[in-house]
Amino acid sequence: MNSITINGTVFEVRDDELELSMLTYLRERRFLTGTKNGCEKGLCGSCTIVMNDTAVRACKTPVKKAIGTSIVTIEGMEGPSGELHPIQKAFIDAGAIQCGFCTPGMVMSSYALLLREPKPSRDDIRKALRGNLCRCTGYQQIIDAVELAAQVIREQELSPKAGNVQSS
Amino acid sequence: MRSDTPFRNDAHAKVTGRATYADDVSFSGMLHAVPVYADYVSAKDLRIDTREALASPGCVRVITAADVPGAAMFGQIEKDYPIIASDRVRSWGDVCAIVVADTREAAKAAAALVRITATPLKPVLGIDEALAPGAPVVPSYGDSNIVTHHRLRHGDPEPLFAGCELVLEEEFQTQAIEHAYMEPEAAVCVPRADGVVEIYGSMQHPFSTRRFVAALLGEPLSNVEVYTISVGGGFGGKDDNAAAVCARAALAARLTGRPVKLRYDREWSFRETYKRHPYRLRYKVGVTSEGKILAVKATMHVDSGPYLSVTPWVTWRSTAQCFGPYVVDNIHADVYGVATNNIFSGAMRGFGSPQVNFAVEQIMDIAAHKLKIHPLGMRRINMVKQDSITVTGQRLSGHTVSLEDVMNRVVHEIGFRKKYELCSFGKSETEELYGIGLAVSYRGSSLGAEGMDFCSCIINGQYDGSILLETGIHENGQGSESAMTLILADELGTDLKRIRYRRSSTSAIPDSGTTVATRGTVMGGSAVVVAARQYRDLLSDHLADRLRCKPQDVTFHDDKIWGLNYEYSLTWEEAMRELFLQRITPYAFGTFQAPPVSWDDTTGQGDAYFTYVYSCQAVELAVDKKTGKVRLLNIVAGHDIGKAINRALLLGQMYGGMTQGIGMALMEDFVRDGGKTPCLNFDTYKIPRTTDLPPMTGIIIENHDPNSLTGAKGIGEPALELIAPAIANAIYNATGVRYTKLPIQIRPEDLA
Repeated sequence: MNSITINGTVFEVRDDELELSMLTYLRERRFLTGTKNGCEKGLCGSCTIVMNDTAVRACKTPVKKAIGTSIVTIEGMEGPSGELHPIQKAFIDAGAIQCGFCTPGMVMSSYALLLREPKPSRDDIRKALRGNLCRCTGYQQIIDAVELAAQVIREQELSPKAGNVQSS
Repeated sequence: MRSDTPFRNDAHAKVTGRATYADDVSFSGMLHAVPVYADYVSAKDLRIDTREALASPGCVRVITAADVPGAAMFGQIEKDYPIIASDRVRSWGDVCAIVVADTREAAKAAAALVRITATPLKPVLGIDEALAPGAPVVPSYGDSNIVTHHRLRHGDPEPLFAGCELVLEEEFQTQAIEHAYMEPEAAVCVPRADGVVEIYGSMQHPFSTRRFVAALLGEPLSNVEVYTISVGGGFGGKDDNAAAVCARAALAARLTGRPVKLRYDREWSFRETYKRHPYRLRYKVGVTSEGKILAVKATMHVDSGPYLSVTPWVTWRSTAQCFGPYVVDNIHADVYGVATNNIFSGAMRGFGSPQVNFAVEQIMDIAAHKLKIHPLGMRRINMVKQDSITVTGQRLSGHTVSLEDVMNRVVHEIGFRKKYELCSFGKSETEELYGIGLAVSYRGSSLGAEGMDFCSCIINGQYDGSILLETGIHENGQGSESAMTLILADELGTDLKRIRYRRSSTSAIPDSGTTVATRGTVMGGSAVVVAARQYRDLLSDHLADRLRCKPQDVTFHDDKIWGLNYEYSLTWEEAMRELFLQRITPYAFGTFQAPPVSWDDTTGQGDAYFTYVYSCQAVELAVDKKTGKVRLLNIVAGHDIGKAINRALLLGQMYGGMTQGIGMALMEDFVRDGGKTPCLNFDTYKIPRTTDLPPMTGIIIENHDPNSLTGAKGIGEPALELIAPAIANAIYNATGVRYTKLPIQIRPEDLA
């Protein structure tokens, strides 16, 4: 059987779902609509998810390529009791949210960054988020947020791992 | 006001992915619709063969103009926009049919089978072509391609040019720009059992949307209920076009009797929707040897595309603000909207002022350089000050005219004077050329004399002490709901937690106009204050006895309601129960009407706006001598916005507006090639990314504005409207080359 782990839960994938993009699969088969469709060409980053700890574009990732992997989406970032991940909290505290459409993708790209680099420079953050477009914020408070989240995780010695994954 | 920690009522929903946008909405039995375009720029005798499409698996219906029960043509000013085209195609973005099917895939497959033929006509693709004698008349109405003409006549400039030390004649061009909100248009429409059609749409003007829907359906406004849900950005771009998307989905829902979702691919969004108006601006400017501007003649031609949309309003702002924030006693301006078959132009953040500022703020620098005057001095002696008379003959009084202070603050923060001396002006020892430049502006708040300006607010107190708040202002992502909530909490002295912002619908609150023109905070916020005052009066009248004082002595703070000398107080829970026992409804409805404005169409004179936002932005950059590539180093922005309601969000508006302006200055160009475009997604239409941007500093300057009941003005558009000329000036100061066409593209040979 083909299966994918999504936010800590294992899902069996039907054969007719293998050719779908992860974007369609997540939004329309798993009803995880937090992953956004902004361009469907891998150009805007709104559909960014984290697959085996790496940020990928859900719209350019066929389900068949995700078989056997562990996926984290925006819905999987909160802790078991609904507590916000430090990145999510930092986005709020830094005023990094406007229309919110890019926010899930931004959070997921930031998450992948902090998994591999606990102390990123502002330049590192800019590079890591280069593929995530935002038309509202000018990015500055988003970069502030990622910097803040990294600092909170370090100073409070928190696990950077997404909530549901950690608890499973 | 509690403005220091960021407050967003929707932050948790947005950061967890729970916020619901139109494409996230689904209903049982929902069908999917897609638009069908014809590959014509201009054509007649449109014929649509739907047979093959209808036979396609899953296809439920193919809707053409013949199926429209109401008016297929609609618009905010002129009813000339084909929600569904019939007979005539005037643009490559015209929608000729709507295919409805069981699934989106089936709808797309069927759409490819709709056969459209027509007789091609020679399209009109440029301003000069449109103005040439004998040019085909593009609009569906009238007999000319000049669709609007605003005049401004203030003094008499012509005789004065001869006596000027310097007479400049300059031409500038600006480009078409796509709004590029991250969420493409989408609408879900549900026919309700009671005969109402419900709309959940990605749009920024629910009331205009309702008009479009009602017009297409041929039904009364009361049959259409447009709900507010999360919108993924608008920037002016989700006004009439997004309304048309909702109307098409509503028609499909009406004709099939089932819920219908019409979700736009990015390619359709870019192809179909209106862009920022491209301008050609010609200025003749006479200046004295001291730098005083004596005389100006301005002529602007604006590409409106085939449909009028809001071109008369956009070009009106360009007229009223035709020479920046400067006093010019003798100025004539003529601003023409010109119809072509290019993809049409409409509202976009800035609305006719970024184009003008791009010209005027460069003219100031050009004149300063030629006269060997410092650019700051050049601005200082010409800029509006308290009680100055503007080019429209308006005396700037009744609010603080702070432009000079705003410029000084920015100049000081960035260290302009010292850095200006370091500019390369085309020569440097290193690989890069360095420049610093700035621009100033003033911006009339809200609609001004362009339209009727009023807004409503409802405060609905609940039995348990919680409060429902709603206004006619629409949340597009900017944070208006949060600002309104903060304002009400301040007016009632309550905890923020007590207030729930209720997402309104067009059937629940009166038409409060559109959430554009930087009017959300000033108009909506003032409406909240009006309603809150009534609400406090109502509560004071009925609680005074319990508080052992006179109604006028009742006060509201610290999340309680207080009598005289703090002897007695009521919690909100107690107060609401007391009102219930008195059979009093704790409810207030307030309307704020904008202060009076005036306009004379023949002279272009009048009190154009009831107040102005004053702004200055300065930028440092480096230009690579070999490649011509611009590297932005630092930006400082200062804006007198009256009063900050939500500081973090205010700064976010500044950074975001500047970033859009940077795109306009250096990278964005919605190319129109024979009326079509290769710019259909973010690969061919590039907007700024994280790595394109320098650190930005925002300076908030607060001179509480007496015309606004909160003291706040607004920031959305001022943030965008002046960075492009600041960049152009910095590039000149780096390279010694003047760029008058947007986007600025420096060829290495320019620097040789």
